[in-house]
Amino acid sequence: MKSKKLALPYILWMFVFTLVPLVLVISYAIRDENGNFTLEFLAKAMKYGDVFFYSLWVAALSTVICLLLAYPISYIISRSKERTQRTLTMLIMVPMWMNFLLRIYAWVILLQTNGPVASLFSLFGIKLQLIGNTGAVVLGMVYEYLPFMILPLYTVMGKIDNSLIEAAQDLGSNKFNVIRKVVFPLTVPGIISGVTMVFVPATSTFLVSQYLGGTDNIMIGDVIEKVFWTDKNTGSAIALCLMVVILLCIIVMNRFGDEEAVGI
Amino acid sequence: MEQKSIVSLRNINVKFDGEVILNNIDLDIEDKEFITLLGPSGCGKTTTLRIIGGFLEPDSGDVCYEGKRINGTPPNKRNVNTVFQKYALFPHLNVFDNVAFGLKLKKLPKNEIKEKVKKMLAIVDLKGYEKRSVSKLSGGQQQRVAIARALVCDPDILLLDEPLGALDLKLRKDMQIELKNIQKMTKKTFVYVTHDQEEALTMSDRVVVMNNGKIEQIGSPIDIYNEPANAFVADFIGEANILDGTMLSDYRVRVLGSELKCVDKGFGENTPVDIVIRPEDIEITSPEDGTITGDVVGVVFKGVHYEMEVKTGGCLLLIHSTVSSPVGSRIGMRVDPYNIHIMNKLFPTAYNEFEAEVVSSSEDSPTVTVSIEGNEIELENGYYPKGTKLRIQLPPDGLHIAGDGVGQLTDVFIESVIWKGAYNEIILESDEQKWLMQSAQDEQVATYVPICFDFSKAVISPAEDSTEDSDEI
Repeated sequence: MKSKKLALPYILWMFVFTLVPLVLVISYAIRDENGNFTLEFLAKAMKYGDVFFYSLWVAALSTVICLLLAYPISYIISRSKERTQRTLTMLIMVPMWMNFLLRIYAWVILLQTNGPVASLFSLFGIKLQLIGNTGAVVLGMVYEYLPFMILPLYTVMGKIDNSLIEAAQDLGSNKFNVIRKVVFPLTVPGIISGVTMVFVPATSTFLVSQYLGGTDNIMIGDVIEKVFWTDKNTGSAIALCLMVVILLCIIVMNRFGDEEAVGI
Repeated sequence: MEQKSIVSLRNINVKFDGEVILNNIDLDIEDKEFITLLGPSGCGKTTTLRIIGGFLEPDSGDVCYEGKRINGTPPNKRNVNTVFQKYALFPHLNVFDNVAFGLKLKKLPKNEIKEKVKKMLAIVDLKGYEKRSVSKLSGGQQQRVAIARALVCDPDILLLDEPLGALDLKLRKDMQIELKNIQKMTKKTFVYVTHDQEEALTMSDRVVVMNNGKIEQIGSPIDIYNEPANAFVADFIGEANILDGTMLSDYRVRVLGSELKCVDKGFGENTPVDIVIRPEDIEITSPEDGTITGDVVGVVFKGVHYEMEVKTGGCLLLIHSTVSSPVGSRIGMRVDPYNIHIMNKLFPTAYNEFEAEVVSSSEDSPTVTVSIEGNEIELENGYYPKGTKLRIQLPPDGLHIAGDGVGQLTDVFIESVIWKGAYNEIILESDEQKWLMQSAQDEQVATYVPICFDFSKAVISPAEDSTEDSDEI
């Protein structure tokens, strides 16, 4: 019984700051000023469909790039000496201690027209527009969310006993097969939590696209921010749609993960 | 002999962080034999196995497979399979897929894989377990899956790294016999690693006794038990009375105050030796008929025999006998000459001999400070000018392990501890040399301890060649 009492503050917290706002968002989204049920705001939200798809596309692309980068990095970290492991995880954590906005500003300065990176390329006669496009947004997102992919992957990989890898080699696996037949199936839970931790916040992120993207590269997070100040109802309706879409994505992903873990 | 051996290790040396793990290992493993690497933990037996498996490359030396050097060949290209200490079964696969793992990599046709796995599971007595999850199996069953998974690949050599360590005693005994049967049935070479001497004697065709990265003895279980090469092997395998003795001349040895006949020769005259007598080889007689007499101080009934402790000349002897004498009685004992095993001492000299340089001294007090392996140690007897090199002879009882935990020489490695009936003979290794110590206390082998010197027991003299040097200074 003691354990339940200890959970009380958290339950209270959840109620006040998660459940109540959720109910408020839903109620704003489906009720007009008089409190009557209406689909008007949801219909308005549908007008932002292209922004929705763009956001999902950018988030998905960033997640895939994060996964492709994080997987080998995590594997190398988890297989190195304990001291090296600590140093490397520390190096990955350090940027997270700095303010998020500050880091995005830093990218703006680096990538701006006639900025250091562009100047470097122009030395070789290459003229590049580095900022104000989808590429810059994805770069910012990958930079921002990479640690959230590495940490869960590193955690599950660290738990893989080295003797399992040796056993796979012993039974005739080359390095590729060790990863494909042993490491990958055992890291599926890590991949799922990593993907969730990157994809969900990446979809609803804002500011990154405002600073690094051009005027055409607005993401749904930015839309919600803007719309909400003037029209709470439509803003809530967009947020509700986003929630449903993300929820669907997570369900699909977990279903896929379960099959993966059993099927191999 | 050469073409019969399937794997040969030549002058293998391995170091981890400056510590010697394997010291010049030479080993020939013959085809289809059951060979066991036996030794205390940290002796290098698992390292040797990992070198054969290809998981570890030696710093120097050759690994040969059927006469060809295979250093650098990765594990997946060696026709060797391993049963790992904690089985290392793949948790995401069921029993069938675990066993089929190696066969699938070889791209065998599906029905052939099915047939082979089925046959192998029958051999390890796990028929019908194909679909079970490995995490739901008992330790013994997991163990057998691990053996099946390795054997189904049809390796020339099966390496087993303490595979029975995690099982309870009864299961372990059953598995010992089962493993031996599997080895006979499959006609494979088994290289088995264990620290359990009984396991080694039960299963092996040959036993390799290892200690501190070196091979102490290779031989059949009977040889190892009956003719141990040195006091370490005798102490590690079975129970033994290990005593100090003196070889008077060929076939004559003095031990426990008596002169006995033996069957060994070639040790020279009046040579200090170690003598091993197995407890079951001491025959109890009446006090008049015995070559040695002693007083019974303890009797324990062990089922098949009595275990008796007999005190003679300050030494406690262990005797296994089917007849017993009551505690307190005086008995005679006799040992047949061929049951007295004579071996060279582990430590080459009877006492420690080393040089130390005087780093500071005062003429007022008879105290000098000397440097031993860079540690400054105070010496109380005598005065020598600064810079003198001293030759110090320190008997084994002039050394002890520092009770305060500080000590004059720190981080000294305990290489061996052997009970000599009245005291422990301990061999220590510091940075530059080995030390012989006598102690009434038991110490843990392969640990690091601080030691103290008792120079009142030492014989100290200026080293002859160094007097000239000190004059120059």
